[in-house]
Amino acid sequence: MKKIFLFSIRLIVISAFCFSLYAQTPDRTKPPQLSPPQKLNLPAVQQFVLSNGLKVVLMEKHEVPLVQLNVIIKMGSVNDPENKTGLAGLTMSMLTEGAAGKTSLELADAIDFLGARISANAGAHSSGVYLHTPLSKFDDALKIMSDILLRPDFPQNELDRKKKDRLTSLMQMHDQPTAIATAAFNKILFGKDHPYGRMASENEIKGFSVEDMKSFYKKYSTANNSFVIVVGDIKKEELKKKLENIFGKWQKDDVKEVKIKEPAQVAGRIVYLIDKPGAAQSVINIGRIGTSRLTPDYNSIVVMNTLLGGSFTSRLNQNLREKHGYTYGASSRFVFRPSPGSFIASSSVQTEVTDKALIEFFNELDGIREPLTNADLNRAKNLVALSYPGNFQSVAEIAGELEEMVLYKLPSNYFGEFVSKILSVNGNDVNGAAKKYIVPDQMIIVVVGDKAKIEEGIKKLNLGELKNLSIEDVLGKVPQLSK
Amino acid sequence: MRKTLVLLITLCSVLSAQSQIKIPYTHHVLPNGLNVLLHEDHSTPTVTVNTWFHVGSGYEKPGRTGFAHLFEHLMFMGSGHIAEGEFDKLLESAGAENNGSTTEDRTNYYEDLPSNALELALYLDSDRMGFLVDAMTPQSVDAQRAVVKNERRQSYENRPYGLSQETILKNLYPPTHPYSWPVIGSMADLSAATYDDVVEFFKTYYVPNNASVAIAGDINPQETLKLVEKWFGGIPAGKTVEPQNPAAVRLNEEKILFMEDRVQLPRLYMTWITPQRFAPGDAELDVLANILSGGKNSRLYQKLVYELQIAQDVRAFQGSSKLSSQFQIVSTARSGHTLEELKKVIQQEINKIKNEAPKQRELKRAVNQFEASFLDALEKPGGFGGKANQLNEYFYYAGNPDYANEDLSRYKALSVDDIQTVAQIYLRDNGRVILSIVPKGKTDLAVQPKEEGK
Repeated sequence: MKKIFLFSIRLIVISAFCFSLYAQTPDRTKPPQLSPPQKLNLPAVQQFVLSNGLKVVLMEKHEVPLVQLNVIIKMGSVNDPENKTGLAGLTMSMLTEGAAGKTSLELADAIDFLGARISANAGAHSSGVYLHTPLSKFDDALKIMSDILLRPDFPQNELDRKKKDRLTSLMQMHDQPTAIATAAFNKILFGKDHPYGRMASENEIKGFSVEDMKSFYKKYSTANNSFVIVVGDIKKEELKKKLENIFGKWQKDDVKEVKIKEPAQVAGRIVYLIDKPGAAQSVINIGRIGTSRLTPDYNSIVVMNTLLGGSFTSRLNQNLREKHGYTYGASSRFVFRPSPGSFIASSSVQTEVTDKALIEFFNELDGIREPLTNADLNRAKNLVALSYPGNFQSVAEIAGELEEMVLYKLPSNYFGEFVSKILSVNGNDVNGAAKKYIVPDQMIIVVVGDKAKIEEGIKKLNLGELKNLSIEDVLGKVPQLSK
Repeated sequence: MRKTLVLLITLCSVLSAQSQIKIPYTHHVLPNGLNVLLHEDHSTPTVTVNTWFHVGSGYEKPGRTGFAHLFEHLMFMGSGHIAEGEFDKLLESAGAENNGSTTEDRTNYYEDLPSNALELALYLDSDRMGFLVDAMTPQSVDAQRAVVKNERRQSYENRPYGLSQETILKNLYPPTHPYSWPVIGSMADLSAATYDDVVEFFKTYYVPNNASVAIAGDINPQETLKLVEKWFGGIPAGKTVEPQNPAAVRLNEEKILFMEDRVQLPRLYMTWITPQRFAPGDAELDVLANILSGGKNSRLYQKLVYELQIAQDVRAFQGSSKLSSQFQIVSTARSGHTLEELKKVIQQEINKIKNEAPKQRELKRAVNQFEASFLDALEKPGGFGGKANQLNEYFYYAGNPDYANEDLSRYKALSVDDIQTVAQIYLRDNGRVILSIVPKGKTDLAVQPKEEGK
């Protein structure tokens, strides 16, 4: 102790000496005054249409010689036929496994040799083939990409290999508490047959055929059911010529949009406890049905959720992590889709404090419905609005923003107006959104953890009926691979 | 009333020859020893302040593992003039995001802000560099201790295969070596850390002469430098931190270990000690890793996952650090297959490269991918992977912030024989740790002979 004490004295002497040397002793009693933020001036969003009707959206960005080109098809897991859950995902992942007579290995070698990246995957409502390439390799890479997009072969041997990969991944999910919790949450909340709740089963995976994929892909991958996003170091006229060459003959065909059944809102409160013996933490997911991306409440919800669980200083994180030390982090989010997605609050908490953590979750879910202070409101608004320019730095991120703009038919001035729209959200808007969408009496609670250690504590909270589930109830039996 | 002295070390030209990778920057050293690196990028109205302290878990004392990382957490808890909780509140109110990270070699912090808020970051960062312990209390230390323990639970203990690295490091390096323990530290040591440890660590390592600040984005360099001097100039220099100089390590045996975990499938880890970052052999091993597991045509992927289909995944990589590196191959067996089968195939492929240099196309394919990744690294100023971090990283590891081009040149200069040579020298059968992680009760799936990993 003495040594440390002496050390401090010496430090003060040195500081005093330094301060006399430097006249500029800054005033640390309050944060510096900041000038108003600069406006985000983005390059123009340019649009054009190829001769076959394929729509192209371009943002030129010339700082780094890179190009991102995404072809988005309006098809996703919502289009999975009955008893063929996972077909969209597996179909898209097969595109890079053989095309235009080239094998999976030949395609991969050609792409890797360019230093480019091409991937293909499916989301819920849209799928894409994504190209990221140095500008100097753009032409070669685009040629390979067009084979993958327009001329996939769906080889049987590659499908057999992919199925093993999927079945093994499904097997490994049984090890992963957060993946189990997410699957359980969606399945219970939306129902096991709803597009947002279902999950490919062992038998479904085993049953997919090459024919399934070919006909599914043919049906949806048409020029007028797709669009192209390009961001990077390339000019419009040059790009247009290249794309006309490569995609201009892609055939048109009308595709019927699927209507999704609106999921039923949670009626009461039920706790689902999934046993994971020996788990060091309990994974907690609490939530209900949220709303559509296109709701007029969108901006109010974004600000409200930032305050509740969408940032480091959010109430959930401050309470569960900083105040109580129950967790490494707690958060909440709205999953926005065309049809109402979920609201979900989640955390991984130390096993011993699972019940206490649940109490704090509900304290905050109740609390967010109370009127809020101006300081809270402004902090959340500023974080959302003023950090917005940070979303427009890499070509891949910008392409993601443009994709959202097209998918949801957002107005072309959307990016430019976003900041002022967020800043105009007021306390009543936020409070209204909280009361409307955060209804603690109508929520499901999923806990994946060591039942022997946590069940009694949870029961005593009387949150609602407690149902025990096994991991197999959620994921099915551990898949068997035939050798 | 003396004007602060500014040393202008380098002023790089914005112009650069074609195909050169360059981040134009200026380098200044304040009288207290703080290195300042400035880079302009006006493409969005944002700025990033990226600070490196040249201390990581490798500087920890025995019995205090995990301390450098625990300390990283304390840096967000407030300082002399910033009340607890205000650090993040002030930044979020200005539209900023921030984070920090710790490795065995260094600790870094960044704030990504709208460009008008630059001075706020300098105010906060200088306050915690100069006055952190003024605000520190045993309670605030305890609060973050609990958070870090939960980070360990979440990222290691409750994660399948999560305890593998800890066991590997312990067996790869002698217990005196700075890399023999994991950055996250042990639960017991985290419990043992005291308030006095915090004060001592701060005064030893969190001094301006042991740090560098890189600022990139929508800035005016002259004005920015003045602001840096204003906020950081008065922080006194500390004692010089002596660079670490542990004895060179060499493992002269093959350790074959196993552990049981709550997993469905067994996973194999093979690890060797290899040359440190930027030393001869480091780039060769990066390329070797790509030839072994980068993409479908890589040798191990093609054999294990694509052709034989006895593995779910395989990954080889050269993890490069300041004092030493590790080359590691990790592969998960498919159901019905043992790790002995995987090891046999991996060994065959390693032997093949030792006996015959890889093909020109394999080398060129790897180098082309590295070259493209250098372009990607120029996209963003901020975050952990942005340009400001890159300036600090090269400054620390290569002694030159402008090292990207030399870095890339290392790869371009390689021949296929170089790759064969490093495989022969470093991937020795009698100098490595082989760890099997197997499902509980299924020790027969492990590589034989075996002893339980500790």
